[in-house]
Amino acid sequence: MPASFVPTAAEYFRVLPEILLVVVATLIMVLEPLTSKQSKRALGWAALAGLLAALIPAALAELAPGTAFSGMVSIDGFAVFFRVLVIAAAIVVVLMSGSYLRREDAESGEYYSLVLYSVAGQCIMAAAGELIVVFIGLEISSIASYVLAGYLRRAKLGNEAAAKYFLLGSFATAFLLYGIALIYGATGTTSLQGIRNALAHPHSVPSSMLVGAAAALMFVGLAFKVSAAPFQIWAPDVYQGAPAPVSAFLAAGPKAAAFAVLIRVYMTAFSAPGARWTGIVAASALLTMVVGNFAALVQTNVKRMLAYSSIAHAGYVMVAIAAHSETGTAAAMFYLAAYVFMNAGAFAVVAHFSRAGEQFVEIEDFAGLGWRQPGTAAMFSIFLLSLIGVPLTGGFFGKFYIFKAALDANLVWLTVVGLLTSAVAAFYYLRLLVVMYMKEPGDSVRDLPPLAVGTRTALWISAAFTLVLGIFPSLVLHFAVAYSRL
Amino acid sequence: MNLLDAVLFIPLAGFFLILLVPREREEAIRRTALAVSLVTFIASLALLARFNRAEAGFQFVANLPWITQPAIRFYTGIDGVSLWLVLLTTLLTPIGVLISWRSIDRRVKEFFALFLLMEFGLVGVFVSLDLFLFYVFWEVSLVPMYFLIGVWGHERRIYAAVKFFLYTMAGSMLMLVALIYLYNRTGTLDYSALLQMRASGRLVFNRVEEVLLFLGFFIAFAIKVPLFPLHTWLPDAHVEAPTAGSVMLASVMLKMGCYGLVRFCLPLFPSASRDLAPSIAILAIIGILYGALVALVQPNMKKLVAYTSVSHLGFVVLGIFTFTELGMNGAVYQMLNHGVSTGALFVLVGYLYERRHSLEISDYGGVATPAPNLSAVFLITALASMGLPLLNNFVGEYLVLQGAAQASFRWAVCAAIGVIFSACYMLWLYQRVFFGEVRPDVAGHMRDLTGREWAAVLPLVVLMVWMGTLTQSFLPPITKSSAAILESTKIGVSFEVRNPRLAKGTEVARAR
Repeated sequence: MPASFVPTAAEYFRVLPEILLVVVATLIMVLEPLTSKQSKRALGWAALAGLLAALIPAALAELAPGTAFSGMVSIDGFAVFFRVLVIAAAIVVVLMSGSYLRREDAESGEYYSLVLYSVAGQCIMAAAGELIVVFIGLEISSIASYVLAGYLRRAKLGNEAAAKYFLLGSFATAFLLYGIALIYGATGTTSLQGIRNALAHPHSVPSSMLVGAAAALMFVGLAFKVSAAPFQIWAPDVYQGAPAPVSAFLAAGPKAAAFAVLIRVYMTAFSAPGARWTGIVAASALLTMVVGNFAALVQTNVKRMLAYSSIAHAGYVMVAIAAHSETGTAAAMFYLAAYVFMNAGAFAVVAHFSRAGEQFVEIEDFAGLGWRQPGTAAMFSIFLLSLIGVPLTGGFFGKFYIFKAALDANLVWLTVVGLLTSAVAAFYYLRLLVVMYMKEPGDSVRDLPPLAVGTRTALWISAAFTLVLGIFPSLVLHFAVAYSRL
Repeated sequence: MNLLDAVLFIPLAGFFLILLVPREREEAIRRTALAVSLVTFIASLALLARFNRAEAGFQFVANLPWITQPAIRFYTGIDGVSLWLVLLTTLLTPIGVLISWRSIDRRVKEFFALFLLMEFGLVGVFVSLDLFLFYVFWEVSLVPMYFLIGVWGHERRIYAAVKFFLYTMAGSMLMLVALIYLYNRTGTLDYSALLQMRASGRLVFNRVEEVLLFLGFFIAFAIKVPLFPLHTWLPDAHVEAPTAGSVMLASVMLKMGCYGLVRFCLPLFPSASRDLAPSIAILAIIGILYGALVALVQPNMKKLVAYTSVSHLGFVVLGIFTFTELGMNGAVYQMLNHGVSTGALFVLVGYLYERRHSLEISDYGGVATPAPNLSAVFLITALASMGLPLLNNFVGEYLVLQGAAQASFRWAVCAAIGVIFSACYMLWLYQRVFFGEVRPDVAGHMRDLTGREWAAVLPLVVLMVWMGTLTQSFLPPITKSSAAILESTKIGVSFEVRNPRLAKGTEVARAR
């Protein structure tokens, strides 16, 4: 069938978001040396335009689902959901980045094009129909984010973060690749559907030892990317060291995309031997929630605390995956959508508040913010309440739906422990509310500049999504439920 | 949108309205808050006027789709029990606004905005008939109270606020697990539908299941009530909260727990309720006696009143778990009584604090001479609180004791001792604060009640007398609805109830 090697227009359309992202990113690279220092801002606008342009075909792809390039890419509802999500997250990040970079005197085209490349990688991960494409997407996304973590060359912590992230990340990718190799050896294919079919046939079942090892190795690689315990060690250092908008980015897009891959791989390729890995995922979920929430209790640095909190939230999503059901998948999708916005919003406040060189990132520094900048603090409160899981915010409904899926799957202990650790979590989020509203303003809020337009827009978008997802969850849940069949 | 939802959403609209008023115009903010809360109260009076007292079921029902998957509906309505609790909330909110008029002098905008938001949450709790909606309001009312305590409270406010939040949160999480489990079993969280499923035998729990589900809800409610030994957050929260916060906390927020027990725990899990009733009643009695004894030795007035709440709410819980009509009526009536009389006590203690800037009893003495009106009002309130006949608490306590005696005479005897203690601590408090030599430092500060202060406390005093004498204006709807609730606890009791005395109802149901 030689004809099938020539992609049709429809196939190109299915990867149009990635094409647009890469083209705009490259264009920014080319324009970078041609723009003066004062007009770097225009490159930020270009990146934003590129993302918005990519958002449209990413959303429209829902109308013409199907595969592309001989099944290497499969654009189903699930892929549409995650592609829209990671692009939207990147829009929020780009919006908050401009003023931050100008403050640090580091605005340049590279930053924006790296973000776009990384998003392109994440889109590929979300749409990957086979394991080599997963790997390629993961590498595109990761390598760009390694660089972003150390983007501020003169920041010591940033350099440490980038080095750590790169070294550990490379190990994790190696694990993933090893897993892919083993499963290829066992089944003779890297296509997810092909693996599923091979494992489903009772007669041709390859050595379960080999399949188990492959699944476990791939789990290690992906668990690293989503910062699930016991592979979460890198996250606090990286989130703390990286520039605040980059931390927001790392906690949003790459994580959501890695979860997309994790869900897709384990719900398609390894869906048949489900009983064997759900126990491991459940154990990892439990550990992640406990480690994340308890470690966050003792943090004094806001970025580090948010890092542990994002580990804990990965734990909740793992609970949904451990449920191993369509409801669980839908719950994970909804939760990630809520989580991306509330977390990005929280980091945006930190990016705004920290001032040049990130001087003010201790929890105590936020004292009196509630009375100095009521609007900013009110939105920060919305994000924190959502992270706690108070009703009428997206975080609450997401949690409700996740634990509903978990109870459906009879994971009673996981549910009870999960919800009790989230009561523990309330304590550290409350500490921020306490200092913001109940402590007298200190020096750190005295010369706080007003919110920049970009950051303000990012905050409004995040807050609006957080509330809309909490008050009218059906708007998004409808898609999550419809697309959760893999 | 019906009248009930108007009562529910006017405070929310008021919240947004206050956010729009510029921060500097403090007087306008106060007036807006008062106007909104008064409009809400008037609307709730209309609710009372149009309430059909002959009907036991839910009235003013609104049932709109909210979330399609999982099936959750915006389902609200009131019966004879929740009617009065809604009225209690809408009455105490304007009173809270009035007593905060001068005492809240910084961050005025946020205070009154949050106060109205809290009213929204509290009314919502009492009108929700979908368990998910109930949970949403349950948590929504928590956040404003957390800020009220933490921002406008006294010295140890932060500790108290965080403790309050975490205690409630931990309880709610267990309730959430139970709620999700219930949904997964039944596919609905609609209260009426759940009751129907239970009555028709389509929803049957095994013993372990039912006891665990019961406990999931019960612990969340018991923390809020608070039932001994889960009461330790209460003295801190009460003492540290600003006056209006203490009033709302004591008068309305504690009723959320009691209401939850009556509305959800008993009818949904009757077998477990009956099975565990003896242990719960004993905890309630311990609470009655312990709260009273601890109140006796408190040097701080607010703390004293806080511990009397532990004692009084013990009566409510005892009344509920007697499974008798009198006990249940008494419990519901006592919820309202406690709301009125303890609310008034906190208001009056707040007045004293505004004058003398101290809550220590030892800093007072002879207040009656410079402030006779204040003393007279305090006396009536104290007498009501200790259960003097012709005043409101007497009726509730009598009904509860009568009900308790029907269930077990020993319970009634032990609980009655609590009534004696309440006379001791109240009279002793009154004597130390209002009688004796007029101390010069007291005389310098004391002035009598102002017009605004009268306006805040007079309705409560009138209610104390009214509820104590003309009980028939209040009791019939309560009796109707609580009888219906009690009836539903007799249907479909699925496993053998161990306590023979409490099993009577079960046998009746079986015989049918």
